[in-house]
Formats: sequence, structure tokens, C-alpha cells
Amino acid sequence: MISVQGLTKRYGQTEAVKNLSFNVEKGEVVGFLGVNGAGKSTTMRILSGYLPADEGEVRVAGFDVFGESVKARSRIGYMPENVPLYPEMRVSEYLSYRAALKGVRARRTAEKVEDALQLCGLADVRRKLIGSLSKGYRQRVGLADALINEPDILILDEPTIGLDPGQIRDVRSLLRGLASRNTILLSSHILSEVEATCSRLLILDKGHIVASGTPAELRERSGLPLAGSIRVEVKAPGADALAATGAAAGQGSVRIVSSTGDWTTLEIIPSGDDPREAIFREVVARGWMLRELASRSSTLEEVFASFVRQAPAGGGSTPEAGA
Amino acid sequence: MRTLWYLWKREVSSAFQTPMAWVILFFLLLVTGFNFYAGISMLNNGPSEVTVVQSFFNTVFFWFPFLLLFPILTMRLYSEEYRTGTVETLMTAPVRDAHVVLAKFLGVLFLYCFLWAPTVAYFVIFQLMMRVEAAGAAGAYAGSYLLLLLIGMFFLALGGLFSSMTRHQMTAAVMTFAVVSLFFMTGLLSFLSGQSGPFMQTLAVTLSPIEQMAQFSRGIIDTRPVVWYLAGTSLCLFLTLHSFQSRRWKR
Repeated sequence: MISVQGLTKRYGQTEAVKNLSFNVEKGEVVGFLGVNGAGKSTTMRILSGYLPADEGEVRVAGFDVFGESVKARSRIGYMPENVPLYPEMRVSEYLSYRAALKGVRARRTAEKVEDALQLCGLADVRRKLIGSLSKGYRQRVGLADALINEPDILILDEPTIGLDPGQIRDVRSLLRGLASRNTILLSSHILSEVEATCSRLLILDKGHIVASGTPAELRERSGLPLAGSIRVEVKAPGADALAATGAAAGQGSVRIVSSTGDWTTLEIIPSGDDPREAIFREVVARGWMLRELASRSSTLEEVFASFVRQAPAGGGSTPEAGA
Repeated sequence: MRTLWYLWKREVSSAFQTPMAWVILFFLLLVTGFNFYAGISMLNNGPSEVTVVQSFFNTVFFWFPFLLLFPILTMRLYSEEYRTGTVETLMTAPVRDAHVVLAKFLGVLFLYCFLWAPTVAYFVIFQLMMRVEAAGAAGAYAGSYLLLLLIGMFFLALGGLFSSMTRHQMTAAVMTFAVVSLFFMTGLLSFLSGQSGPFMQTLAVTLSPIEQMAQFSRGIIDTRPVVWYLAGTSLCLFLTLHSFQSRRWKR
């Protein structure tokens, strides 16, 4: 549905996006991940037909976004960063207007607006002026606008930024519901965000894609320990605890994280099988008290950090596009 | 056409949903009402060569609000959308740049006509109450209001052009006021140069709203200003389209 080949965008001397290529297939939910200034917004603005690319080809739903811009735009529901809206309009009035602009037939407009209001939880504020809405509601109005003509493709720039945890949950479940019939590309710099909603991630750094894949694949490829680490807290002197767990963990590495009073906390990076059973037996055999025995898989934060570290150094700093 | 209609409707309703249109209407009617009253009082003082219509359209109380109207009406047109970022939502919907430019122009032109329309009532009321003709002939009405429309089209298009060039409303307003005043001042050139050759006369008749109004409000419709204002409006709209499109290459 989305095909990007060799996309480059410059702002004066700085290259915000460099030779970017990727595809998004029908029905995928793809997350764009990157720190501020990585080129997420710029890429999304180009995809939505707002900015032209300097180089490269971008096709959305089979249309060239620059050459057949109006056709491409009619297939996209785009929600810009910060959701700019007309404050003097009422919610339902704004959605009717947007539906009309996007070519929804006049006799179907009321129905579509009603659907969008219900779907985005806006039914109780439909008569309110947009200017008087809270940030969370404005965000939802932006989302309702993106959905109003049931586009094939949704491009959402930071859809949950500025929302409270409850609202974030609502938006996530909404996106998961939409995933069955839409192709979605969303951006975020919050990792748990994309992990919760996306089937595939593209990690962007300084205008390059540094990694792409499912969250699980990325974990695997990041070179971080697959099974993560194991934390053990036992009531034993440091040296004894180290020796005992070291023997149980086999090939893995063991280090003491801290020891307070009688208690010692250790971290084990296992190399083979899960050593937790062996550690438990060893501790029981020695008659020690055990307060913690936990396995922790590496978080996406660590995965992300490792990819950004590995990435080749770009040509200087890139200012956040659109900031 | 459908898109154009919806864009136009939003432009117009946005002006009436905010207090702007009503505030401008109030003050415009206040000043023009006083102008009308002053004109009649003057005519009451003794025999005069001018008609009520002429005395209405050729005074400082008419020109002053007239000139102020353009920066106020046009400064928001594009600047506001740039500043708040709504231009991004607008232009990622399947709409053409030309439709947006045309809708904004027609929207503000409608507002302009709406603001001046009540002044027709002054003359109607005058005729009904006094049973005296307010103008020498019907052509005086046609001429005055036609010129009002023509100058309005050109100056509004000019204001829209300046608004499309900047995200700062005040900058747009100042530029519009300066250029509109400049055109207005061309009528004073003949006073400055002290000579009134045929060139000066042609220049004044073509460019100066003061000279034109003196003629049109008598019912004399000169085609030179008509052509000039229509051409000027088209040129400004064309330039606005390009200035609006250039946002994509800026920054």
C-alpha cells in the first residue's frame, strides 16, 4: 500500500531524510520509531502529500503522491503532529466539513460523522466548540477526522502524545480495532506504545532506517541476550552467593549488583538453558533464604538504544523537521 | 465545484462564528451612517451641485473606513492557517491549491459585499421619507456600487496575496494597508506635480479610486478602471496561487 524508494528530503543544508526505502503491505500496522529529529514527521508529511520529496519515489495506494497528489490524498487519513484544528467550529460541524472535503456523499455524511463520533468517543462533545476541548479530545477529533472517509491508509503522527494513560489505552484499542481493515503507519518515540500496537517496527535515526522487523525479531537481532537476565536475591555473604550461583548458572556470567546487610543481589546473564531451577536447588541445598528469583527479557528501550548506537554516524545533527 | 463550495462555506461561516464580522459591521455602519447624516446636513445648508449619492461616496468619512477594511478583512486569510498549522490538515485533504485560493477570495468578497449591502438602505429610506431622488439617475447607484465591488475585488485579492506570503497577520496587514494607500494616493499626484497633462489625467482615472468614484457616483462608467481592476484581481489571484504553493519549497 505504501512504497518508498530512495526518498531524500533536505531543509537547506541539512538532510532530514536520507535515501529512505521501505514498503508497507496491506493490513500491516507499522510503527515508526525514532528520537526527536530522526525524520519521522518529515517522512509522514511527504507520504501524506504535504511536502514534496527532493529525490526518490513515493507511491501510496498505487498513486504517486506528487504526480497524482489529489488521488493519493483521497486514500489517506492523515493526522498531523499536534493536530491543528479550527477552534471556532463545533466538533460535528468540523467532521461534516472534513467529510465533505474528502468526498463523502452528502446523504452519507451524517451517518459517517455519527460513526466517527461513536468510534472515537466524541458523542458527548459533538456540540462543543473545538477551541474549548481538552488536549485528549482534540486528539480524538484529529483521529475521527483521519477516519471519516474510511481511507485505506492511516498515517498518524504521534497519535497518543499528550494523552493521559486512560486515553492512551482507549486510542490503542481503537487502533487495534482498525488494524483489521486498514493499513496503519504511526510514529512514536515511546517504545511501549509501538510495541503494543504495531506488527512491525521501523527504527529511524538521523534520516536512516537502522532496523526493521517485528518487536521479537528486533530483540533477537540487537545482540542483546535473548533470554534477558536473571536477578537473584539471597540471604548469604557475597562471596558464597557468587560461588553458588556461578556453579548453578554454568557458562553464564554472574555479578554482584548490591549487598545490603545480610542480603546479596546478583545478576546472571545465562548462556544456555534457563538456570533458574538449578539456582533454586542450590540455594535450598545450602539452606539460604531466597527473596527474589526473576527473569527479565531485554526491553525494547534497550533494543532501540543498541540499534541507534550501532548506526553509522550521520552527517552532523539533524533538526527536528517541522519543529 | 463541490469542494469549492464547501471551502467557501467554511470561509464565510468562520467569519460569522467569530465576532469579527459583526464588530466590523457595527463600526462600518456607525461611520457610514454618520457620513450619510453629515452629507445630508451639508446639502441642507444651501443649494448644491452634488446629489446625496455623490456626497456619500466622496468624503473622507467614506474613504477612511473603506481603506481600513482591506487589511482587517484579509490579514487572517492565509496567515492564520500557516500559524496554527491548519494548512497541513487542509492540504492533506484531497483539495487543489487553486480551489483553496478561489474559495478564500470568494469568501472574503462575500463578506465585503455583506458589509456594504446595508448602506443601500440609507438611500432607500431617504427616498421613502423625503420623496426626493437621492441620485440624478439610477446609473449613479449602479456606478457607485459597481466601483465599490471592483475596487474591493482588487484590494481584497491584493490583501490575500500578502497574507499568503507570511505567517504573521500584522505583517500582512501592514503591507496591505501600505499598498492600498499607495493606490489611493495616486489621486493626489496631480496636486503634487502642479500640472494636469493628458498623461496625468489618464493615470489618475485608471489608478485613483478618488477620481474614479467622482465619476462613477455621477453615473459615468469608464471602462478603463473596469478593465484595470479585473486584470489586477486576476493577476493577484494568480500570484497568490504561486505564493501559496511555494510553502512546500520553503523552510
